Amino acid sequence: MLQVWKSFYARSDPAKAYSLLSPALILVTLAMLIPLGLMLSFSFFTQTSFTEIDYSFTITRYIDFFQSNLLVSLLIKSVKISFIVTFVTLLTAYPVCYYIAFYVKKNKMLWLVLLTLPFWTSYLLRVFSWKIILGTKGVINSSLINAGLLSEPLTFLMYSETAVIITLTHAWAAFALLPLYVSLDKIDFSLIEAARDLGLSRLETFWKITLPLSLPGIIGAILIIFIPTVGDYVTPALLGGTDGRMLSNMIQAYFGKVNNLPLGAASATIMLITVAIVTMVVSYTTKKLTQRIS
Amino acid sequence: MEQKNNTLLVYTLLYFAFLYIPVLFLPIFSFNDANYMSFPLSGFTTEHYEEMWAKTNLHKALWASIKVGIVASVVSTTIALFAAKAFARYKFRGQNISYGAIMIPFLIPEIILAVAILVIWLSLGFKLGLVPVTLGHILFCTPFAMLILIARIEGFDFSLEEASRDLGENAWGTFYRVSLPLYLPGIIASLLLSFIISFDEFVLAFFLTGSDATLPMYMWAQMRFIQKLPHVLALGAVIIVFTTFIVLLAFWLRNLGQGKDKAEFGIKIHE
Repeated sequence: MLQVWKSFYARSDPAKAYSLLSPALILVTLAMLIPLGLMLSFSFFTQTSFTEIDYSFTITRYIDFFQSNLLVSLLIKSVKISFIVTFVTLLTAYPVCYYIAFYVKKNKMLWLVLLTLPFWTSYLLRVFSWKIILGTKGVINSSLINAGLLSEPLTFLMYSETAVIITLTHAWAAFALLPLYVSLDKIDFSLIEAARDLGLSRLETFWKITLPLSLPGIIGAILIIFIPTVGDYVTPALLGGTDGRMLSNMIQAYFGKVNNLPLGAASATIMLITVAIVTMVVSYTTKKLTQRIS
Repeated sequence: MEQKNNTLLVYTLLYFAFLYIPVLFLPIFSFNDANYMSFPLSGFTTEHYEEMWAKTNLHKALWASIKVGIVASVVSTTIALFAAKAFARYKFRGQNISYGAIMIPFLIPEIILAVAILVIWLSLGFKLGLVPVTLGHILFCTPFAMLILIARIEGFDFSLEEASRDLGENAWGTFYRVSLPLYLPGIIASLLLSFIISFDEFVLAFFLTGSDATLPMYMWAQMRFIQKLPHVLALGAVIIVFTTFIVLLAFWLRNLGQGKDKAEFGIKIHE
């Protein structure tokens, strides 16, 4: 029996692959999938008192969520802020990647390492740096006041949606830079040269050749920036004030001082569903777009 | 290759400034002799650094972060090494789904992971503390570690392993004498980067630590009090220097013995 198994195993790639994968799959199942399932079931319960939960099934938490103007507006705001951040990050990072892919000849690696290095420093500290810069007594305000250009500090800089957007654009830059660079660097430059030789202007070449070919990188960047920023907690908590608050801050409150675990679980589930919908829409649009191009 | 383009070069340099300048304010103000972080700078002092050494809570938090970081990086790198080998070596049914499942923790909002682990931990009646934080960090670091290791293992000549087996080495001997030395730079890079990710991680720790603060939790608690800020700046500056050093070391190791084109950068993005 053992012999049979051994010879089957020796010939079967899937069996070997899955035995190598088993620790990772067990980890994901035990520490993520089952907990997420439990979180989902909690969203159908009711918090009856500070410590007690009624475990009978109800969809009331979801009704609560969509009847609450605050929660719905925070969800919309989270999605809106994420979209703006994704768009701004892509738009600002694209030329940089284009430059490195097509103009830099030596030491491309070094340029890339330098671009991604700030990303590895503590997220909390990077967000905190923006507090130093944008604060009422911060770098910008104190410099402008000292220079005599202002008499009162600019208050819109801090504790606002703008502050959250600027900070997130800075914090997630690496997630746009990497996929954009990879897709641009893969482009065979002779294609671009051929297009120009055939009489296309630089702009036309960009629209018809470079941009479509870098689409995989753009899509990758959209997804890996949009998805995590929807659920960002630190930035809105440190810099958002009331204006820049996002859904995560409420979720934290439900699991913290408000103590309504089921409503918190429902809010997290709704966030997860939102993220899934956006992912599917983006992937579907890409498929259609790439089909039309090729 | 394009010829020169000075506009794009200037733009790229400005972008670098945008990435770097904010981070540099922490070290600058950590030497400033004032409680407020505003210009003009009022004088040079190392007082904030001395103050930092005197905080016993900080030492406790630092130790907690180191413990969590070491366990998380060793466990996640080990798990990721097996997984990376599977993806780099074999083609099999369910490959994409397995890959996606392992990558999810890296993609979904961290707060959702934190909440999910919190709910199961409390339901099981366990106490919050460094154990669930470590579990969360292992889950969160594994996809990173796997990306780094796949980039290293991909293109590896597996006939070397087969030759070793044919010559009579057993599986363990082959791994120890043939594979490990070749993977080693990638493994160390993965250990270092996973440690840094865990060391800096805040959201999971925030939900799961209970009363055992990790270093980011400690900083978070201090950030609210303006009079305590200066020593947080000093601590932040030390962390930034330390992190940068480790990350550069990891990048250097990762590229060791690899062709220029093969070693793209820290994370290999799959399409």
